[in-house]
Amino acid sequence: MDIVKCTKVKKTYRQNTVAVKALDGVSLSIKKGGFIAIAGPSGSGKTTLLNIIGGLDSADSGRVVVDGNVLTDMTQSELAKLRLRKVGFVFQAYNLIPVLSAQENVEFVMLLQGMSPAERRARARGILDDVGLGGMYDRRPAELSGGQQQRVAVARSIVSDPSIVLADEPTANLDSKTGASLLEIMEEMNEKKQVTFIFSTHDKMVMDFAHRLIYLRDGRVVEDQTRKR
Amino acid sequence: MFFQLGWRNIWRNRRRTLVILTAVIIGVWSMIFLGALMRGMADQFVSNGIKTLTGHIQVHHPGYRDDPVVENSMPDPSVVEAALTKRLPPDAQWAHRVKVDAVVSNARHSTGVTMVGIDPPREAAISFIGGAITEGRYLEDDDPYGIMVGQALADKFETKLERKLVLMTQDTEGEIASRAFRIIGIYRAEIEATEKQFVFVTMSAAQEMLKLHNGISEIAILLPVHEAADKVAGALRTELPAAEYEVNTWQEILPMVTAILKIYDFFIYIWFLVVFIAMGFGIVNTALMAVFERIREFGLLKALGMKPRWIIQEVIIESIYLLILGIIIGNAAGFLSVLALSANGIDLSALAAGTEYWGMSRVIYPAILGQDVIVANLVVFILGLVVSLYPAVKAARFTPVEALAHT
Repeated sequence: MDIVKCTKVKKTYRQNTVAVKALDGVSLSIKKGGFIAIAGPSGSGKTTLLNIIGGLDSADSGRVVVDGNVLTDMTQSELAKLRLRKVGFVFQAYNLIPVLSAQENVEFVMLLQGMSPAERRARARGILDDVGLGGMYDRRPAELSGGQQQRVAVARSIVSDPSIVLADEPTANLDSKTGASLLEIMEEMNEKKQVTFIFSTHDKMVMDFAHRLIYLRDGRVVEDQTRKR
Repeated sequence: MFFQLGWRNIWRNRRRTLVILTAVIIGVWSMIFLGALMRGMADQFVSNGIKTLTGHIQVHHPGYRDDPVVENSMPDPSVVEAALTKRLPPDAQWAHRVKVDAVVSNARHSTGVTMVGIDPPREAAISFIGGAITEGRYLEDDDPYGIMVGQALADKFETKLERKLVLMTQDTEGEIASRAFRIIGIYRAEIEATEKQFVFVTMSAAQEMLKLHNGISEIAILLPVHEAADKVAGALRTELPAAEYEVNTWQEILPMVTAILKIYDFFIYIWFLVVFIAMGFGIVNTALMAVFERIREFGLLKALGMKPRWIIQEVIIESIYLLILGIIIGNAAGFLSVLALSANGIDLSALAAGTEYWGMSRVIYPAILGQDVIVANLVVFILGLVVSLYPAVKAARFTPVEALAHT
C-alpha cells in the first residue's frame, strides 16, 4: 500500500526576480513502513519535496497523496489537521520548545490532539525510554546535548503514531557517532512501530542506512534504488 | 500546558518582562492613586461647600437668592418646620439662619461681611462652625452681644478676643441698624476667604437688630448622604407653596462645584486614557519583540499542527499574565499609597493661595472610588488584550516554511 504518492509535482520559487525550479515534475510512490532517504546535492529539491509531502508547503502543479489524503486539494486548516494526526517532523536544528522539558516537548503534540494528561505522560515517558532518554524527562533542551535533543525530536515525531515521519537532514548537526546512533534509533522505531520514515540527506552514512534511496538533482528524480541492509 | 508555556515564555527574557511589568504597574498605580487624589480633592471641594453654610438643601423666600436682603426673608418659618418634620429622614439635621450683608468695623478698619444669625446648637450640627473655634468659645443662646469672627478677619482688623466690633446693616424698615458686639470666639476655616466673609451672632440678636421678629433668611438642611438631596428636595417642594418658598439642592446653590465635579470626572477618564496609550505602546512593542524573536518556534508549532487561533491564544495568554500581574501589583501599590496618606493627607499649605482660589482644602485626602478602580482595571485589561491581538495575529500568520527558514 502506498503511503505517499507524488505525481508530476512541480514547484518554482522566486528569488528576487529570478525563478528557481525546486521540483520539476517529481513522481514517486512510497510504501507504508519504508525507511527512505531522499538524497541529492544542495538545491536539488530535497527539503522542498519533504515540505510538500508534509503539507508545510504546496505544489504549483501535480498531485500529492499522503495516507489517502489528496494534499493538493486541501485547505490550510485541513493540512494543519493532517500534520497533527498523520505526520511527524524531525528538523535539522532539533526545533524543540526551549521552555518545555523533554517530556513536555514530547507531550505537546498529544496535547494538541486532545489526549488525556495521564495517557500523554505515560506515552511520552515510554517513548523517551525507547530512545534512551529514561531519567531525563525533566531536562530542558538547553540541558541536553545535540544528540539527546534530536532524540527528543524523534520521540516527539513518533509518539502519537503518525503515518509518516519526515526528517530533514536529521544528522547534519551531529557528529558521525551520534548520527549513527540516532539513525539506529530511527530504524528501530521504523521496525517496531511500522512507521514510514522519509529523510533528506547528503550524508553517505545516512544513505547507507536507508532501505530505499531516491536521488534528486535539479528538482528531478534521477535515481531510485531499493537496497538491503 | 498552554498556561504553563505562556508563564514560562514571559520569563524567557526576564529583563524585558520586568520592564513592561514596571510600565503596567506604574500605569495602574498612577490611575488609581492620581484618580483617588482627584476624587479626594473633589470630595473635599463638595464637603467644604456643603459645610460652609450651604448644607444639602436650603429653603428661602423665592427672591432671596437673587437679592439676599432682609426684605426677602421668610416671616413665618413654622410652615417650613412642619414640612421638615414630615418629609426629612430621621437622621437629617437642620437649622434656621438670618443671613444678610453687613459692614463690620472697629476703630481702625471696616469691611463688608455676611452677618449670620444662628441657633447655636442646631448650627453646630450642620456646618463647619461647630468645630472651628480655635480661640475663645462657641456662641450660646444667651449671648445677645457675642460675635464669632474668622482668624483672617481678626488679623486684618488687628483685633482679638473680648474686643468690640460694630455691625451695621439695613433693617426691615429700611433704616440703618447697627449694634456693637464683643468677640467671644475666633474660628478657623478651610479657606481663608470664609474666615473673612462670615461673622456669627445669635439668631435672636440678628432678628432684634433687623426688626425681623420671628423671620429668618434661610433654613439649611444636612442629610446623611449627598445623594439624597434631590429626592428630599423634591418631597419638600410638594409640601411648600412655590410662590412663598424656594427649595434648592447644593448642586443648584453651588453650580461651580457641580461643574467642577463633572470636569474632574472627565479629567480622570482622560487621564486613564493617556496613561493607557503610553502603556499600550509598551505592551505592543514588547509583545512584537517577543513574537519576532520566536518566529522559528511559531513555525514549529504550526508544523506540528497548531492552528492559527491556538497561536493567537498562546500570545494572548502571555499578555494576560503580564496584565494580571501588573494590575495586581499596581492596585496594591495604589491602595497602599492611598492608605499611607489617609491619616495625614497631602499638605498643600505652600500652595494655599492657589488651592483657595479653587475652593480646595489646604490638606488633600485621597479618596478611592470603587467605580474608578473598576474602570482603571478594565481599561488596562481589556485595551491591553486588544492591543496584544496585533502581535498575536502577526505570529499566527507566519507560514511554517518561512518561519522555519527564519534565522
